[in-house]
Amino acid sequence: MPPPNIRSSYEHIVFHRSRENMVSASRMFLRYVILILVACVFIGPFLWLLSTAMKSGSENIFQYPPEFIPHSPTLENFVRVFDALPFLTYFANSVFVAAIAVSCNLVFCSLAAYPLARMSFRGKNVIFLTLISTMILPFQLMMIPLYSIAVNLGLNNTFLGLIIPHACTAFGVFLMRQSFLTIPHQLEESALMEGVNRLQIWWHVMLPLVKPALATLAVFTFIGVWGDFLWPLIIIDDQTKFTLPLGVNRLAGAFAKDWRLVAAGAILSIIPTIVVFLFSQRFFISGALKGAVKG
Amino acid sequence: MFPKFAPYAFLTPAMLIIGIFVLLPMIIALLISFSQYNMIEEAHFVGFDQYRRLIQDPFFWNALLNSLLYLVVVVPILSLAPIFLAVLVNRKLRGISVFRAIYYLPVVTSLVVTGLMWKWVYEENGVLNFILERLGLLNEPVAWLATPASSLFAVMVVTIWSGMGFYMVIYLAGLQSIPKALYETAELQGVSRFRQTIFITIPMLRPYIALVAVISSIAAMKVFEEVFIMTNGGPLSQTETLVFFVYQNAFIEFDMGYASAAGIALFAITFLFSIFNLMLLRDTTPAR
Repeated sequence: MPPPNIRSSYEHIVFHRSRENMVSASRMFLRYVILILVACVFIGPFLWLLSTAMKSGSENIFQYPPEFIPHSPTLENFVRVFDALPFLTYFANSVFVAAIAVSCNLVFCSLAAYPLARMSFRGKNVIFLTLISTMILPFQLMMIPLYSIAVNLGLNNTFLGLIIPHACTAFGVFLMRQSFLTIPHQLEESALMEGVNRLQIWWHVMLPLVKPALATLAVFTFIGVWGDFLWPLIIIDDQTKFTLPLGVNRLAGAFAKDWRLVAAGAILSIIPTIVVFLFSQRFFISGALKGAVKG
Repeated sequence: MFPKFAPYAFLTPAMLIIGIFVLLPMIIALLISFSQYNMIEEAHFVGFDQYRRLIQDPFFWNALLNSLLYLVVVVPILSLAPIFLAVLVNRKLRGISVFRAIYYLPVVTSLVVTGLMWKWVYEENGVLNFILERLGLLNEPVAWLATPASSLFAVMVVTIWSGMGFYMVIYLAGLQSIPKALYETAELQGVSRFRQTIFITIPMLRPYIALVAVISSIAAMKVFEEVFIMTNGGPLSQTETLVFFVYQNAFIEFDMGYASAAGIALFAITFLFSIFNLMLLRDTTPAR
């Protein structure tokens, strides 16, 4: 190996530095170009749907080449949706179902998770492993017996029947258990000294300390239930009990050629999801870190 | 310390719900798959008849083949492509959180809306054909969903599109676990960013890739909404997947025993494929 030439290697560094600045500026530019191109792929279909929903009746939505920006943007299609179908009812149904499902999950999952994280008792491991293993069972396999159980219990065509299979999920129990495990034991022990019972500890000591996990669970449950389609499709026939995904599907069936209307209905149905998502992004990240599974 | 029944009292609601609405159905599904049952008449035991029928049914083989094709195409793409997405957004750049949110948006969108949205994009006079023609990739418009040769792949694209953001976030978590020193060394040796991704990031992410492969293969076997909304199984049963087959036989034909047998087959395949994925990715030692 030749002896290093100090002067030339210094020059090399200086040259390299200034070149690197230029490179990094152009690299930065390139990175934004890539980021934006990829963003177009993900947001493009949404924008195209929005554009269609805002086109007036006088505009031909099937023309080729397609018109990206509506000539005279209008909101009339969004109003028409409510005339075409009882969308307000669907909306109220979806809100009701989601609210109950989220509340049930918060209570039942965190109740079950507490002894699994904090008490020793007979059968603990068996119960925990059984719970976890149900996560891999596909709902599509269970829906047949589930439907016949629901029919036998008189739960078909009821909100109770729609909600109850989602009222407590193994994923939720797992998520809550993991966060209970991180709480220091001393807090509980000092409460026990004062003669407080376990239920009070759960409510007054443990739950306030796992609020982020509760929020994560709430958001995941909301998104899952709000978009759920297959189970409502099976269990609900009565159109006054339709949730939004069923309503949008019905809209698409009844007004197949009127894409302005279908697009408007579809957009209305996802507005709450988007709002919740924008306000709770960090919980999605933390939820996925813990191995969340969608659907 | 606490009464003996306390832990069980805490667990009761969860165990009741999961017991009655998850475990019990699982056992019943197995039983129904050995019987003839249409929800009206009493079920009666038929042994392996339903499974025998499955083996002889060309529509079952078609659905099985479509689902396997789905696995083979969608799972590798969903296991690898989001890595590049995660690397792309794993920088402290101005506005990067907006890009992350946009990439994640399809994940929170209900599949009914996603399906309708893409059906509209795939329209013969639609935007996709227009863009591809402008880019010179296409000479004349294609009816993506109505053409037997392209329909299944068109549906796959939608599944991939709506899942990418979810796996991106898992990989983002994985990226935090890779020691920075590895990249610094590579940087000093003049290794390009792209090669760093291939030779450092991907091997270091191996456990995460295993996780994503398992989750995405389970998801790929469950595909239903996209098919139901966009093609309803057509054209010529080209997009009929196993779940769609189960749904049709159970809730259109009310042939519950037959549908359950197909459901058990679906579960067995998902299970085996998950184990296969885990073994494949565990046995190889990480590259240096």
